[in-house]
Amino acid sequence: MSIGRQIGTILMKDLLLEWRSRARILSVVLFGIVALSLFAFAAGADTPMLQRYGPAYLVLTLLLSSTLALTEGFRVENEDRAIEGLLLLPVDPAAIFYGKALGNTLFLALLGPVLVGAAIVFYALEVGPVAVAKLLGLWALAAAGLSAPGTLYAAMTSQIRGQEVLLPIVHYPLVIPVLLAAVKSFDLALNGDPMAQMTSWISVLAAFSLIYWAVGGVLFRYVIEE
Amino acid sequence: MSWTLRASHWSGLLGLALLLVGSYIGLFASPPGRHMNEVIRILYVHVPTAWIHMVCYLIAFLCGLASLWSGRRRWDYALIGAVETGVVLNVLLLIQGMIWGRATWEAKWGWSWADARLTTSLMTVLIYAGILALGSFVDEPERRSRWMAVTNTMAFLAVMFNYYAPQIFPGLHQVGFTPETVDASFKMPLRINAFAMLFLAIWLIGQRAFLEHRRRQLEDVEPPTRLAMLEES
Repeated sequence: MSIGRQIGTILMKDLLLEWRSRARILSVVLFGIVALSLFAFAAGADTPMLQRYGPAYLVLTLLLSSTLALTEGFRVENEDRAIEGLLLLPVDPAAIFYGKALGNTLFLALLGPVLVGAAIVFYALEVGPVAVAKLLGLWALAAAGLSAPGTLYAAMTSQIRGQEVLLPIVHYPLVIPVLLAAVKSFDLALNGDPMAQMTSWISVLAAFSLIYWAVGGVLFRYVIEE
Repeated sequence: MSWTLRASHWSGLLGLALLLVGSYIGLFASPPGRHMNEVIRILYVHVPTAWIHMVCYLIAFLCGLASLWSGRRRWDYALIGAVETGVVLNVLLLIQGMIWGRATWEAKWGWSWADARLTTSLMTVLIYAGILALGSFVDEPERRSRWMAVTNTMAFLAVMFNYYAPQIFPGLHQVGFTPETVDASFKMPLRINAFAMLFLAIWLIGQRAFLEHRRRQLEDVEPPTRLAMLEES
């Protein structure tokens, strides 16, 4: 079986599992909405401030939701030691990484329409359809950037005690460039881009993803081997 | 005592001696800066700390690759030593940077990209501290070594980002020193302290690697034998 088919099979397995229970998507969507509303409560009834910091709150919500999604994504593999069954199959470890990272990216990207919609309502963001489309595209790009290192680290932390603490500790500092580039590009998508800076920030997001998707595929075998 | 441990002791002594000489020249013999007056003297420790903390992370990265490639334990010991020494120097670097910033920019900390190096240095120390936290949660030594090597490889890309940050986001921070951009009177204490920091870092890495080696020896044996080994040492 080619590596492409192996990746596809693992991705489909994850999507099927998700579709059958739908527990993860419901809990992460709910968590995202709670987080967005908490930022609004913390900021107070100050609409101009919410509009100003809306992009930052959105990206932070994506980051916090990613922790929950990544942890849950590997919990199913450790239940009844399913990962061992996966490793016994003639499957390239890189295919497992890419299959699971793609699944996580898709999962986080699908949160975009719901959470961006909620942010538009909660923070009274004044946006047109083009800006919304740009936001959703950038959301998916940021999700890809978070998923590659996140999948690798979630594979590690899911195997040891203290995973709830450890995943954010190792994941968040590493993805600071994604956080910065996503906030800047979200802001430019919402408030206009008179200096044509969007391409530079998209390049940062794309370069980060490219590097960590490539490195993650090579290193994953050392994370899961017994 | 192995010859590497003995060599690391000599390295520590040499580093301390050089640091005393370099600090004396930096504090008393070299002239004050043209624009920054006495404040410039902090650069004689700040710049060498910056250079050597990156060298430590580079050593950790190379040891991590060697560990993954060969599976030999000696690389794991050196890796842990290099990461811990790098983190200590990184924290010192941030403290020195804050003192410098307070005196020259009238602010201890600048969150904006006006000083990208400060922000990326904080990011780097958080990444490596996270790696050490992860390592402390893994009980099996072989798995701990593998994961430390993997996370180090991931983290080193952030070190590269930190290194090039002032070029990517030009701001207040100097891009870097070369012998051509520094007056001759400043070169001597800078060079001496850079070698001092390097030798001290080698000493610290050696000591920590030896401790890790002993810890692994203890982990490899059953508790009764472990107790006997501890009593012997």
